[in-house]
Amino acid sequence: MAEPAPSAESAAFTLLTPCGCSNDPPDRLGLAGMLCDLTLRGAGPRDSRALIDDLENLGVERGESVGISQTSFSGATLADNLHDALTIYADIVQRPRLPSDQLEAARLVCLQEIRGVEDEPAQKLMDELRRRAYPDPWGRASHGAEAGVMAAAIDDVRRMWTRFYRPNGAILGIAGKVDWESLVDHVETHFGAWKTVEPPASAQETPVDASPHIDFEGNQCHIGIAFPSVPYRDENYLQAWAAVGVLSGGMSSRLFTEVREKRGLCYSISASLHTQLSRARVLCYAGTTVERAQETLDVTFAELLRLRQGVEQAELERLKARIKSGLIMQQESTSARSGSIARDWYHLGRVRSLDELGAMVDALTAQSINQYLDEHPPADFTFATLGPQPLALPAAA
Amino acid sequence: MNFRSATLDNGLEIVAECNDTAHSLGLGFFVRTGARDEIDEIAGVSHFLEHMAFKGTRRRSAEDVNRDFDEIGAHYNAFTSEENTVYYASVLPEYQEACIDLLADILRPSLREEDFDLEKNVILEEIQMYADQPPFGMDDRVKEIHFQRHPIARSVLGTVDSIGALRVDQMRDYFAARYSPRNVFVAAAGRVDFDALVRQVNERCGGWAPLDVGREAPPAASRTGFELVARESSTQQYILQLADGPSSEDADRYAAKVLCTILGDDSGSRLYWTLVDPGLAETAHLSHYEYQGVGMLFTWLACAPGDAVANYEKLMEVYRAAEAHGVTDVELRQAKSKVKARVVLGSERPRNRLFSVGGNWMQRREYRSVANDLATLDAVTLDDVHAVLARRPLTRCSTVTIGPLTQFNAQA
Repeated sequence: MAEPAPSAESAAFTLLTPCGCSNDPPDRLGLAGMLCDLTLRGAGPRDSRALIDDLENLGVERGESVGISQTSFSGATLADNLHDALTIYADIVQRPRLPSDQLEAARLVCLQEIRGVEDEPAQKLMDELRRRAYPDPWGRASHGAEAGVMAAAIDDVRRMWTRFYRPNGAILGIAGKVDWESLVDHVETHFGAWKTVEPPASAQETPVDASPHIDFEGNQCHIGIAFPSVPYRDENYLQAWAAVGVLSGGMSSRLFTEVREKRGLCYSISASLHTQLSRARVLCYAGTTVERAQETLDVTFAELLRLRQGVEQAELERLKARIKSGLIMQQESTSARSGSIARDWYHLGRVRSLDELGAMVDALTAQSINQYLDEHPPADFTFATLGPQPLALPAAA
Repeated sequence: MNFRSATLDNGLEIVAECNDTAHSLGLGFFVRTGARDEIDEIAGVSHFLEHMAFKGTRRRSAEDVNRDFDEIGAHYNAFTSEENTVYYASVLPEYQEACIDLLADILRPSLREEDFDLEKNVILEEIQMYADQPPFGMDDRVKEIHFQRHPIARSVLGTVDSIGALRVDQMRDYFAARYSPRNVFVAAAGRVDFDALVRQVNERCGGWAPLDVGREAPPAASRTGFELVARESSTQQYILQLADGPSSEDADRYAAKVLCTILGDDSGSRLYWTLVDPGLAETAHLSHYEYQGVGMLFTWLACAPGDAVANYEKLMEVYRAAEAHGVTDVELRQAKSKVKARVVLGSERPRNRLFSVGGNWMQRREYRSVANDLATLDAVTLDDVHAVLARRPLTRCSTVTIGPLTQFNAQA
C-alpha cells in the first residue's frame, strides 16, 4: 500500500513480517528479538558493516521492533533514496546471512535489553500487567526472558526465520513523495520472488496465574489496572476507543483531572486501548510515592467504575476536536502515515483514509458510546503493582 | 516558506515561519528563564512555575485551562530547561486566535496559594519518579562536578528540600522579575496568519508592563573529576561523561554535531561499532548541547556492571584515537547525509519547525531556514571537525558512574 503525499520531501515505509514474540517457543522466549537483531548483521551481498553503512549513507532513519504478532522494520528518508533503501530491506527479510559468528553479539544485545528494563520500573510494571491481563502467549514482552535468550542456538534462529519471515502475512506500507507505478515495479522486482510458507497453526492459549504484587526497591509505587475491550477490527472499536479517550485523552480527561489535578496524587497517569488482532485490553498506569499509592489506586479504580455510568456530550466534543486535529496532523508525518497504513491493512485488510476516519469520528455520539458501555461495562479487572509493599486491591477485582 | 517578525511597543517580539502548504501550525511562548537564573533558595522554581501556569488565571480556573485547550483539539505542553521555559501548542489554522488567547492568558497565571500547595505534591512526585529511573539524578551531578558553581550546572527540577521549602511569594517575585515582555517572545511555524497573529498577540500582551531583565552569564571554567556512586538496587551500570562543547554563539557548533554523529550516534558510529554492535553495552552515545556561553559534549553509556570498566576504557580509547588521528572523509560524508536527512524529515512537522525557529531566536535572535541549515552542514570540512576535537578534547572530561559497582579501577 502506498499513499502519495506530493508536497512531502521524504518517503517512509513500514514493513511488517508475521514473526512476533507470540511465536517464540516457550523455552526460547526472546528468539524473535534475536532473529530481528541478526537480520541486520549482514544480508544478501552486504556484510554487517556494509549493510548499516549503506543505510546510513542513504540517510535512513530506521527502527525495528518486535511485537506480539509481527516484527516491524520501518524507515524514513529523502524521497529519492526510497527505492535503494527498499532494495536493502528486501535482502534483510529474504536473504539475511544470520551469521553464526555474530550470534553471541546478538545474544548480548538482547540480554542488555532485558537488564535495562529492570531499571525502568514503569516499563517493567506495564510488561507485568500485560503478562497478567492476556492469556499466554498474548501478554508476552518482546524482549523475552534471560533463560530463553541464553538457550537460543543459531539453528533456532534460522528455523524461526524460515517459518515466519514470509510474504503471506507480510505488509509493506509506504507514504510520502512516491510514484506509484515505478514503486510497484521496484517492489515486484525485489520482493516478487519471495516464497510463501504455510503459516503454523494458531497458538494454544494458557491462562497466566501470577500474584499481582512485584517487590521493587524504590521511592515510588507503580500501579497497573487492565480490563478487556474490543480489538481494532471490531465494529464497536471506535466507541471503546472514545470511552478510553474520555478517561485519558488530553488534560481535561477524567483520570488526569481527578487523580492529578484535583488531588495532586501523582505525576504520571494514563490509560490506553491496547489492541491485538483478535483481542484488546484497556491498560491504565499510575506512578506515585508509597504514601499516596493506596489512594491513587482507589481513586483511579473508582474512575474506571464510574465509566459504567456513561460519558457526557461535552467530554465527547473535546475528544472529537483532539482526534480530528490529530488525524490532520498525521498527514504531516510520512513515518506516522506509513505505520498507520500498514497497521490498517493488518487489522482490517484495507486502508481507511483519513477522510473516512474523520467521518466515523463525526458519527460518534454520547448515546452510541453509552450504549457500548452499557453492553461492555469495565469489568474483569487485572491488577499489577510494583513497589516496596503490596496495596489493598478493590473487592470488585 | 517565508519569515516574518514584529515587535510590540512593550518589547515583546513575534517571529514566524509561514508555510501556506502546512495543515496545522505550532505556536509557542518562549521565556528566557530557567534553572540558570535561579539561586539556591528557589532551586526548581522555574519548572514549578511552568506547572503553575496551567493552574488558573484571572479569567480561567485550572479546569477551564485544560478544558479550553482540549476543546480546540490542541496538542499542547510546556517544558523547562537550564535556560528557557516554553509553552507551546499545535492546532488547526482556524484555532490560531483561540490558542493565542489561552497561551497568553496562562503566561499571566494567578499563582494562588492553595493551587501552589497542591501542585507542590505533583512536583515532588516528578522528582521521585526521576530519582527512581536512570540516570538517577546523575545528569545533574556530572554537570556540578564539571562546571561547579556555574549557573548552567543548576538542577532544573530542584530537590525535595528546595521544593518542599519554597513559598508562593518567592515564586511570585521570580515571576514578576522574569516574565517581562522584554524577556518573552512568541514564535510560530506552519500555516500562520501573521498579520492576524501580531494583532492577536498585541490585544492580549500589549498591556504587559515592560521591565528590564538580565541574566548572569559568567564565563564557564570547567574542571574534570571522576565519581563513583554505588546504587545496589540498580541492575545496569551507567556512565555519564561531560566535556566542554561549543556554545550556542560558537560557529563550531555545526562541526560539533557532525563530530557527535561520527563518534557517538545511536547507529553506525564509532561507539556503536565498538560497544553496541558487539553487545558490550546497552547504549552508548555522544550528544552536543548548546547554551548561552556554554556548551556540552555529553556521553551516556549503560551496560552490565561486570563490563563497565572495560567499556569505559574502550570509550576513552575511541576518544583518544579521534583526537590523535582525526576522522575520515568517508565518515564525514556518511554523517552529513544522515544529519541532513534528519533535518529534512524533522522539518515536515510545523511543531518541529516551531522549536527550530524559536530555538534560533532564543539563542541568537536569528532566523535559519531548512535550506540555511543544510548549506551550513554541507560546508563542514574535516578541518572543522578536527578543530572541535583540538579545542575541546573529549578526553578532558568529568565522569560519574552509578550502579551496583563499589569500586571502579580503570586504567584510562
